[in-house]
Amino acid sequence: MNKMDFFQGSETYVVTEELKNAVNVAIALQKPLLIKGEPGTGKTMLAESIAESLNKPLLIWSVKSTTKAQDGLYLYDTVQRLYDSQFGEGNVADIKHYVKLGKLGEAFVAPEQVVLLIDEIDKADLEFPNDLLWELDKMEFFINETKQTVKAAQRPIVIITSNAEKELPDAFLRRCIFHYIEFPDKEKMREIITVHYGDLEEKLVSEAMEAFYELRGMRELQKKPSTSELLDWLSALMISGVSVEKIKQEMPYIGVLLKKNQDIEVMQEIREKGYSLKRW
Amino acid sequence: MFLEFFYLLRARGLSVSLNEWMMLVEAMDKGLGGSSLTGFYHLCKSILVKSESEYDKLDAVFAEYFSGIEFREDLPEEFLKWLNEDVRVRDINDKTMMDKFLLELDELLQRFHERMAEQKERHDGGNYWIGTGGTSTMGHSGYHESGIRVGGEGRHKSAVQVAGERHFSDFRQDTILDIRQFQMAFRKLRQYSSRMEGDKTVLDIDKTIEETSDSGGLLKIVYDKPRKNTVKLLLLIDSDGSMMPYSSLCNRLFQAASKSNHFKDLKVYYFHNCIFDYLYTSPMCKRGDWVDTEWVLRNLDGEYKVIFVGDATMAPFELFRRGGNNVIGLFNEEPGIDWLRKFKRRYKKQIWLNPIEEQYWDNLYGRETLLEISELFPMFELTLDGLEKGIKKLLVK
Repeated sequence: MNKMDFFQGSETYVVTEELKNAVNVAIALQKPLLIKGEPGTGKTMLAESIAESLNKPLLIWSVKSTTKAQDGLYLYDTVQRLYDSQFGEGNVADIKHYVKLGKLGEAFVAPEQVVLLIDEIDKADLEFPNDLLWELDKMEFFINETKQTVKAAQRPIVIITSNAEKELPDAFLRRCIFHYIEFPDKEKMREIITVHYGDLEEKLVSEAMEAFYELRGMRELQKKPSTSELLDWLSALMISGVSVEKIKQEMPYIGVLLKKNQDIEVMQEIREKGYSLKRW
Repeated sequence: MFLEFFYLLRARGLSVSLNEWMMLVEAMDKGLGGSSLTGFYHLCKSILVKSESEYDKLDAVFAEYFSGIEFREDLPEEFLKWLNEDVRVRDINDKTMMDKFLLELDELLQRFHERMAEQKERHDGGNYWIGTGGTSTMGHSGYHESGIRVGGEGRHKSAVQVAGERHFSDFRQDTILDIRQFQMAFRKLRQYSSRMEGDKTVLDIDKTIEETSDSGGLLKIVYDKPRKNTVKLLLLIDSDGSMMPYSSLCNRLFQAASKSNHFKDLKVYYFHNCIFDYLYTSPMCKRGDWVDTEWVLRNLDGEYKVIFVGDATMAPFELFRRGGNNVIGLFNEEPGIDWLRKFKRRYKKQIWLNPIEEQYWDNLYGRETLLEISELFPMFELTLDGLEKGIKKLLVK
């Protein structure tokens, strides 16, 4: 394997040995890498970090609930063509003009190898992953309108993320390399904080982390705060200069950690009484 | 190389396919694992396992294979076959049931072997079909109301009986049952989205023609918002032994629901007698094949319509006490009734379908719990009629 194509992690992204391995296996075997994990564990950032460390361009295809597999390949803009034919604009005879490549298509035709991130694949329809099997396997697709086959010159490095909102189909899973990003333990979390903010005041970090892990321990919360929220919170605490003693007691700027009013109420109740029934 | 390892993985329930195995071999060829066992382990983890819930299985197999540590699980998980016929209805009050069961088992086994012999000549014998271990579609997806599960080492079975297990097997395999009537009932479970939400993605032909004519033949395309069914359904099915007699009925209901593709979303989980900390993902209610009930409550919003299916009869302590869950090792801190109340609070519309005929409801073993539950949720008979009434209830604004 080319030394250049070996993912080592980057300066701004803390990566475990296992994840590094998984990435390199996926690159070497030219298979998509499926990354699962809680929201906010840095799944999307991984792709950025891979692109950065391998010095390759990054294409992001953000999947939404309405996204169809076809959207990633190409879109044929019939309406534009119709309009153009009415007004005599553009080169209507040239269908190619009205075929617009999607992100997957772009990744295929790119002259150099790119990193393609298919973000939050589980947001889409249940059949979505199945519709992409052939394209991801063969790295090619056929444009019906122009009778052209788009084939990847360089197989892109494909990173797929999932929040596990939906189960993915077996046939799709079989073709992927899989890695589950665990929620970082305290030690790893410190490392992540250091990577982002350098050396912070020890007392601030430890107080904030203690409060943070206490929150995460509350089962009743609908949405647990994640790494990215802890980082935001730390920066809010730093900027505001809240005294360190108050952090655990008052939980200032709690809105940064908990995004739902209900969760904030639940949290307060738990801290007072030790339990909460509000959730239900 | 390591072929036994491959078969061991499969035997322990990790459905590793040949594809993935070849991928692993390729990876090793490329020297990706280094030459250490740890490297190999990491390779296996990322290539052979597709869900974090299965990491543990891999670990166990790894330990078993590479350090000779004995694996402690009562039964190998690869099924050789679910026998298709021979419905055995369980009589709750019959104390000699076990003896009878064993007798019947002998008979079943004999038929099983006969059928195996038969299959050498005919491979695709319709519902006669016997799955051969280690090859394809088997595993967890075989279903019939009752039958033998035969497991064994490798492919050439020394038949092991798995008696006393739950007899609801996976509902998903098609059985030829008349489910149309149920399906028609489910059809009525529709609530259209208002024209207010969503993107304009559907071509409105009438308006397009009108507008185009208005502008003197100059094409003007008009889009409209599609109307979609917004009903999301959560189906929770009791798969306890006492539900055995009704399994085919429940099966029909399940099939009808799963074939009705007009729901915005359909989620199906199973429980064992009453709802506790976990909801099972398959009707076998196997340990580990579950999700946290809390997860379901958290992730399925209040708009879901909930249909419970169960006989609602159990010993009072199962419903009212901590530790009422009688599955060994699953002590519940909160009594079942509290879990049911959580559903009650979370969801706006819910009904309970009971396969027991309504006329017996206040005159049978377990009426105490049945009564309590029917006070929480409107309860209907699991009949076509009951389902229709229930659906009306679900649709009341």
